[in-house]
Amino acid sequence: MRAKDLRSVPMAPSLQPAEDDPIVVAEQRARIDAIIAAHSKKQGSTMLILNEIQAQIGHVSKPMQNYIADKLHIPLKDVYGIVTFYSFFTMKPRGKHRVAFCLGTACYVSGAEMLIEKTQQILGVKLGDTTPDRKFTIEACRCIGACSQAPAVMVDDNVHGRNTPDKMVAVLRKYEKV
Amino acid sequence: MPTEFYRSHILLCNDAECLAKGAQEIEDALVAALDANGLRDEVNVLETSRLGHCATGPEMVVYPEGITYIHLTPDAVTEIVNEHLLKGRIVKKYQFTGEARKDEELRAPAAKEMRIIMARCGVIDPDNIEEYIAEDGYAALAKCLTELTPRQVIDTVLKSGLRGRGGAGFPAGKKWEFAADQKTDTKFVICNADEGDPGAFMNRRVLEGDPHAVLEGMLIAGYAIGAHQGYIYCRAEYPIAVRTIRIAIRQAREFGFLGKNILDRGFDFDVELRIGAGAFVCGEETALMASIEGKRGEPRPRPPFPAVAGLWGKPTIINNVETLANIRNIINRGPEWFASIGNEKNKGTKTFTLAGDVVRTGLIEVPLGITLGEVVFDVAGGIKHGKKFKAIQTGGPMGGCIPEQFLETPIDYENLAALGSIMGSGGLVVMDEDTCMVDIARFFMDFTQDESCGKCVPCRIGTRRILEILERICAGEGEESDIERLEQLSKSIVAGSLCGLGQGAPNPVITTLKYFRAEYEAHIKDKKCPAKVCKKLITYRILDTCPGCMVCARNCPSKAITGERQKVHWINPDLCESCGICMSVCKFDAIVVE
Ligand SMILES: Cc1cc2nc3c(=O)[nH]c(=O)nc-3n(C[C@H](O)[C@H](O)[C@H](O)COP(=O)(O)O)c2cc1C
Repeated sequence: MRAKDLRSVPMAPSLQPAEDDPIVVAEQRARIDAIIAAHSKKQGSTMLILNEIQAQIGHVSKPMQNYIADKLHIPLKDVYGIVTFYSFFTMKPRGKHRVAFCLGTACYVSGAEMLIEKTQQILGVKLGDTTPDRKFTIEACRCIGACSQAPAVMVDDNVHGRNTPDKMVAVLRKYEKV
Repeated sequence: MPTEFYRSHILLCNDAECLAKGAQEIEDALVAALDANGLRDEVNVLETSRLGHCATGPEMVVYPEGITYIHLTPDAVTEIVNEHLLKGRIVKKYQFTGEARKDEELRAPAAKEMRIIMARCGVIDPDNIEEYIAEDGYAALAKCLTELTPRQVIDTVLKSGLRGRGGAGFPAGKKWEFAADQKTDTKFVICNADEGDPGAFMNRRVLEGDPHAVLEGMLIAGYAIGAHQGYIYCRAEYPIAVRTIRIAIRQAREFGFLGKNILDRGFDFDVELRIGAGAFVCGEETALMASIEGKRGEPRPRPPFPAVAGLWGKPTIINNVETLANIRNIINRGPEWFASIGNEKNKGTKTFTLAGDVVRTGLIEVPLGITLGEVVFDVAGGIKHGKKFKAIQTGGPMGGCIPEQFLETPIDYENLAALGSIMGSGGLVVMDEDTCMVDIARFFMDFTQDESCGKCVPCRIGTRRILEILERICAGEGEESDIERLEQLSKSIVAGSLCGLGQGAPNPVITTLKYFRAEYEAHIKDKKCPAKVCKKLITYRILDTCPGCMVCARNCPSKAITGERQKVHWINPDLCESCGICMSVCKFDAIVVE
């Protein structure tokens, strides 16, 4: 279903930067081990673990998936199947801030596309991409339920409502500093 | 997620008006003051735009105390951080003490509204279980555990006529009865809080405003069917609801409403929160259960129904947030009371979110059976800016667009289905004359084709084909045979799909074709978009009244506008992407679309 995720699958695991391979990087290993230890007793833990890794580390790369599958004694295909199915999981690191444009019905009819155009212009990257300084990743997202504030943009966990192309500059400037 | 660890939350208004009055400097000062005091990790600063005192802005609200501060300056903010946040002393001189803030999502009830489900939203503090208890909270649970047998609870729910609010409208009591009849020790209760329909946020508001009502409904359901474990499956897009639920579960445990031997009646029940990961199809019950089990959220055929073999193969009832939030009232006030609201087959109230081109958008709660027209004109105050009503979209991406001639139709499961739409979970989008119905059909198809899980070929490929055709039509490349092709594809997708997603996916196309066929024909035959929406079929032009302020040229993302200061500007049609930003930023109404 999510063709864009499939496209980002590397040809061979060796092409992945070693920096996030938990087998190579002890720090990464410790974080993942702690998350697995906290959740693996629960039924249906794979999703919980992946959700937590995505939230804490920001992505679930191929080497990370390998490591998790090993640890949980499940086939890699199960982990990979989940990561590619749900749109919240990403295999590539996201930027520091995730700017998500709500494309729910209310936001769409009140000009979300204009905000996207403007933001692409400001940041110089296309939807789905991360700025070279790794500050921002811009994405479209499903209705965030802030319809009375349409068009809405979610930056990290914060909702910014009633946006105009002009206001996007101020919104982005706020996050640039932190 | 770290949000739950913040000890204070500050809502800062950044409406255009407050921004103009320096809200940005206020925020900078606030962040600096928090940093200086080492409070950055303890205090969460949120930007919002619905605080409602912009006339006295810039303003902010500090939670948990709920103190509104107005007329802010950078110095005032520094003082508030030092006094209020550090020492817990409210700074009276900036405090707003007038009428309570207005809430644009949930306003005072309009004519013909009836607040039962949302009676406590915005009234009680959701993070304080005692306020819920003061509103007869957990009294229904106590009544069930002490006075009613599980069978009597089910009979009460059956008698009330309550139907599931998640979309299909299946009688809640029947579902519970099936599950209760299963002879096994392990059963589950699931609360479906995945609310994925774009334009719908009723469930979010109930979870954020009255989470214990949902927990109480789950407890009563668990008692009725003999389950001891419940799950709430909430979508990840709702961080505040997630936080509120976590607090509610913790407090319910502390007060002994969750856990072992509840109210000393020997009943054990606990609830765990599971969070989705951004897949719309997980709102479908079998897909949702697969997701809780930690698998890809793909639907499976029914039967067996979840009430017989659900989560981990055990009997499971899965109900929507609002279905469960109704239960306490039915127990407390009696099934006859509940059945007295609504029409013959549709009892009680229903919450809806109104979005789009009406005067009052936001949440409403109305008795079932009210007409579409009453909602649009009486409850929502009619169409904005004096424009004409064109259509109302009900039921989300699997729903349909209903034109003016059916405004007298009562909103209930049967009548909406008869028009080719559905009730769905309660999103209503009202569209005025400036909306292109082909574009709307394309919008929903884009959604469903992306969210199709891919298991059923007709859904996976068929929605893709329909989208391609609609995209061509919107781009002015439609062919006369396209309409027939759309109709055929729609039929085969409905016939060949396992779950409600595929079965309902063509509804936006089928209904727009049925009620707005002329608009398709205008796109295909005349290569015109009558509503002037489809980018490839419209052009923007600058009038001679342009004073040459250069704002449009600066804002044009494709650098298509040229012109000198104080001279009429010009849009290069070869570069123009028809994004419309120029028209939205022009203060002189000097740009037109044709
Ligand atoms: C594609 C799809 C998405 C759905 N999304 C939701 C949803 O977000 N919330 C919900 O309560 N029900 C949703 N449903 C309906 C559920 O499958 C199920 O009928 C409902 O949770 C039952 O609860 P109820 O009887 O209380 O309505 C969806 C169904 C389909 C086919």
